[in-house]
Amino acid sequence: MGSAHSVPEEIQELADKTGFTLEQIEHLHRRFKQISGDQQTIRKESFDRIPDLEFNPIRSKIVHAFFDKRNLRQASDGLAEEINFEDFLTIMSYFRPMEMNMDEEQLDHFRKEKLKFLFHMYDSDNDGKITLQEYRKVVEELLSRNPHLEKESARSIADGAMMEAASICVGQMEPDQVYEGITFEDFLKMWQGIDIDTKMHVRFLNMEPIAHCH
Amino acid sequence: MGSQIFRHVNFLNWLLLLLSLEYPFAATYFELSTLNSNSTTQYKPDHHDAEGSVQDERLNVFTVDYNYVQIPCEVTLWILLASLAKIGFHLYHRLPSLMPECCLLIFIGALVGAIIFGTDHKSPPVMTTNIYFLYLLPPIVLEEGYFMPTRPFFENFVSILWWSVLGSLLNAFGIGLSLYGICQIEAFGLTDVNLLQNLLFGSLISAVDPVAALAVFEEASVNEQLYMMIFGESLLNDGITVVLYNIFIAFTQMHRYEEIEPVDVLAGFARFFVVGLGGVLFGIMFGFVSAFMTRFTQNISAIEPLLVFMFSYLSYLSAETLYISGILAMTACAVTMKKYVEENVSQNSYTTIKYFMKMLSSVSETLIFVFMGVSTVGRNHEWNWAFVSFTLLFCLIWRVLSVFALFYISNKFRTYPFTIKDQLIIAYSGLRGASSFSLAFLLPMYLFPRKHMFITATLVVIYFTVFIQGITIGPLVKYLDVKKTNKKECINEEIHVRMMDHLKAGIEDICGHWSHYQLRDKFKKFDTKYLKKILIRENKPKSSIVSLYKKLEIKQAIEMAESGMISSAASTASLQSYRNQRMHRLSPEEVESMRDMLANSLYQVRQRTPSYNRHNLPTETSEKEATEILICRQNSLRQSVRKGNSLPWGKPARTKNVRFLSLPYGTHQPARGKARHDASTGDYCNDSDSMVSIMFRPQLRAGSLAGNRRQQEIVPMEQLDRREKLSDFAGQRGTPSKPGHTARIRRLALMPKPQFDAVFEEEIQGYESEEEEEAVAASRPSVKWAPEKKNHRKWKNLNGKDVVYKIPAVSEKHLLFKNV
Repeated sequence: MGSAHSVPEEIQELADKTGFTLEQIEHLHRRFKQISGDQQTIRKESFDRIPDLEFNPIRSKIVHAFFDKRNLRQASDGLAEEINFEDFLTIMSYFRPMEMNMDEEQLDHFRKEKLKFLFHMYDSDNDGKITLQEYRKVVEELLSRNPHLEKESARSIADGAMMEAASICVGQMEPDQVYEGITFEDFLKMWQGIDIDTKMHVRFLNMEPIAHCH
Repeated sequence: MGSQIFRHVNFLNWLLLLLSLEYPFAATYFELSTLNSNSTTQYKPDHHDAEGSVQDERLNVFTVDYNYVQIPCEVTLWILLASLAKIGFHLYHRLPSLMPECCLLIFIGALVGAIIFGTDHKSPPVMTTNIYFLYLLPPIVLEEGYFMPTRPFFENFVSILWWSVLGSLLNAFGIGLSLYGICQIEAFGLTDVNLLQNLLFGSLISAVDPVAALAVFEEASVNEQLYMMIFGESLLNDGITVVLYNIFIAFTQMHRYEEIEPVDVLAGFARFFVVGLGGVLFGIMFGFVSAFMTRFTQNISAIEPLLVFMFSYLSYLSAETLYISGILAMTACAVTMKKYVEENVSQNSYTTIKYFMKMLSSVSETLIFVFMGVSTVGRNHEWNWAFVSFTLLFCLIWRVLSVFALFYISNKFRTYPFTIKDQLIIAYSGLRGASSFSLAFLLPMYLFPRKHMFITATLVVIYFTVFIQGITIGPLVKYLDVKKTNKKECINEEIHVRMMDHLKAGIEDICGHWSHYQLRDKFKKFDTKYLKKILIRENKPKSSIVSLYKKLEIKQAIEMAESGMISSAASTASLQSYRNQRMHRLSPEEVESMRDMLANSLYQVRQRTPSYNRHNLPTETSEKEATEILICRQNSLRQSVRKGNSLPWGKPARTKNVRFLSLPYGTHQPARGKARHDASTGDYCNDSDSMVSIMFRPQLRAGSLAGNRRQQEIVPMEQLDRREKLSDFAGQRGTPSKPGHTARIRRLALMPKPQFDAVFEEEIQGYESEEEEEAVAASRPSVKWAPEKKNHRKWKNLNGKDVVYKIPAVSEKHLLFKNV
C-alpha cells in the first residue's frame, strides 16, 4: 500500500473530499497503482497501459480531461504534467452517482460540476466557449471509428448542431447577429432536458478491478 | 364523445343490422367447424339451412348467396367499423387523451355483440384455439418485438427481466392460490373448482397488456426507466403467461386421468425454463438467418418485407412445432433482425414493413376486442358474485404486492432506484387486455365445466382495468407528478449523449470495472467486427450515409414534384408564406436525416424514450421539433425574401413558380454550399443592375445553387475574391435567359437527381452537370449556353474548394454564425 494508505486520517480526508467510501478508495488506489506502475503519479503515457481504452474514439479527450487543471479544482488552467492519487480521485468523483440524501442545492451543485467537466471536454482552448471549430472536432472524433464516414458528414452534423444550439440558446436571432459559440450557460440550457443525474455516473462497485493492464 | 363517431357507427350498424335482418338464418359454418375439430366455440352448425339452399336446383337469374361470403364479409365489416370508429375517435382531438383506444374497440365490440344478440344471429367463429394462436396472436407479438426500443431495453434489461418474469409468476400463483382459498368456502358454491383450475385462471388473468398505459406515459413523457419497465413487461408478459397457461392445461389434462406426482411438478418447472429459453434462442437464430437473407435482396427489393414477415412467422411456427414458446421466439427474432434488416432493405421496404406490421397487429387486436364485445353480450355467462369480486380484488392486491416486493429487492441493486411513485404507477398500469380474454375464451369446455364463470370474471377484470384504470391513469400520473424526461430530440442531445457513452465506457476502463457499459462496448466491437460483416450487405456505397442521402433526395424530389403541381395550380399564396410552408413540409425529413445519420454513424443505435402506440405509427411531421431546429433557417429565408423584395419580384409570375419548384429543400450541404449561395444572393442584390440577372435566377437555382439553400449559414468573413468572380459570371450568364424555357427547367427540377455535394461533391457534381447539359442541349438549340454552364461548374468546383479550405484558416474564432 502506498504512503497515502498507511495513515487512515489521510484516507478519511480523501473520502470526505471526494465522497467515496473507504472501500472504494482502496479499490481505486489499487487501480491507480496498476495504471501508474507503482509510482506516485500518473503521466499521460500511463494510460497506454489500459488496452480497452485504445478503441475509445474520444480516448484523447478522456485522457486529456485527467490532466486538465480546470477539472482538478486548481485555480490555474492549462495542462498538468502528472497527477497524483488525489487528483485521480477528484476526476473520478465527477462520475459518482447522485446520492439520494442530497438536498436540492447540493444536487444542483453536483450537477453543475458534472456539466462543467463535460463542458471542459468540449472547450479545449479554455475560452469559456465551445466554438464551432471545437464542436466540429469533437464530432469528428466521435465519428472517427466509423470507417465509412467522410469528414464532411461529421462537419455538417456539427454545423447543424451548432445552428440548433444557437436557436435554442439565443432564440430568434437578428439577421446580423452573430453566434460565437456555446457558453457554459448555454450549455446548461441545452442539458436542461437531459437528466444528467441518471446518465453521467459509473458504478464504483466494491469489488476487485478485473480489467488488467500491461 | 364526438358526434362523428356516432355518425359512423350508426351508419355501419344500420348496414350490419340490415344485413343481419335480411339473412337471419344465414349462419352456416359447417366446413369450418369440421376443419377445426377441436374447436371449442359454442357454435352448432345449422344443417337445415344448408340443405335448403342445396334443394333449390333451378337456375335463377338473380340469386343471393350470403352464406358463401359471410365469414370474410363480417370480419371485413368489423374491421371497417372499427377503423371508421377510430377515425371518429381521433377527429375529436381531446378524446384520445381522455381514454385509451381499446375502450373504443371494446365499445364497438359490445355494439356489434348487441346487434348479433338482438337479431339472433350467430357470430362467425373467428376465435378458436387454432385461429387465435396461429393467426391472431403472431402479428401482435411481432409488432411489439419489432418496435421495441432496443437500447433502453437492454440498458434496463436485468430489471425488466426480473420484474416481468417474476412478476408474472408471482401474480399467477398468488391469484390462483388465493382464489383457491376462496373456493374452499362452501357458502360461495365454488367448491368444485379445484386447485389446478384456479392456478390456470390465475395465469391467464395475470397477462397484462399495458399498451393503454404506454400511450398515457408517452403523452406525459414519464422517465425512461419507468416507461421501459412497462414496455418490457408488455413484451415479455404474454410469452410467460402463455407458457404457464399451456403447462397448466397439460397438468389439468393429466389430472383427469392420473395423479400428478412431485416429479411432474418439477418437470413442469423445468419445462417452463426450457420452453422460455428455447424460444428465445430459436428466435435469435431465425433473426440472424433472416437478416442474412436480406443481404442478397438488392435486386428484388419487393420481397424484402415478405422475407421479414415470413421468417418471423416461420420462427413462431417452428418453435410451436417443437413445443417451445413461439411468442418468445418471435419476439427475439424481431429484436435480433431489426437492426440488420433495417440497414439492408431499401427505404420503401422499410416503410412497408413498418406499416404492414402495424396494420396486421391492429387488425388482430381489433378482431379480438370486437369478439370480446360480442361475447360480452350473450347468454354464455355465469355470474358468481364471490368469484368475480374476489378475482378483481386479488388482481389488484397481488399486482400491488408483487410490484412492491420485487422492486424492493431490485432497487437494492440499482443505482437509481424506482421511487414509491414510480412503483405505484407500475402497479396501477396493470391493465388486462386481449390476451387474457382470448386465453379465457379458449379454455376447453370439457376440462373446465365452469368456463363461463371464468370468462365472466375475466371480462369484468378487463372492463374494470381498461375503463376505470385506463381512464384514470393519465390524471394519476399528472397528480403524482412522476419524474419526467423532456426529450428534445435534437442533434445536440444526440451528440452529448453519445459523447457521454464513450466517456463512461472510458472511465470504466480506467477504473477497471466491468459493468454494462463495458459489456455494451464489447458487444459493439464484436458486432462491427463479425456480425455486421456477415449480415449486412457489402456492396453498399462507400458510405451508408451517402445512400441514405440519396434515398432521401429521391423521396424529396418526388414529393416536391407532387406538391409543386398542386401549388402551381393555386399560386396565389404570397411568396413568403409559400416558402415557409414549404419549410414546414420538408423540414422534419431534414431533422430525420440528421438523426439517422447520427444514429448510423455513431454506431450506437439509440432511440430515446420511444413513442409506442399499438395502433399507429408516430407521425413523421412533428412540428415542434421542426420549428425548434429550423428557426434559423427560416430566418435566413425571410431575410433573403426581404432582399428579393427590393427587386422587381412580382413581375414574372411564372418564373416565381418555377423557381420554387426547383428548390430542393432539406438537403444536406456543408457550410460552403451556403457560403456560396450567400455570396451569390448578396451579389445579385448589390448590383441589382438589370432585370436580366433576376430573370436568370431560376436557372441558376435550378441547376447548381438549388441544392445550396441550406440551414447552415456559416459565412467566412472574407469572401471578396469570390464575389468578384461571381459578378463576372453573372454578367456572362445574363444574356441567354429567355422566357419560355421555364418549362424545361421545371422538368429539370422534377427529375430526382442527387444533389449532395455535401458528401459526394465531385461525383455528383459531374453527374449533375452532365444531366443538366443534356437537358439543356436536348431542348434548346442554343449551344452557347452549354459551355457557360460548364464554366459555372468550374467556378463552383474551384470556389467550393476554396471556401472549404479557407474556413479553418480564416477563422479559427471568427467563424461566425450569421443569419443572412
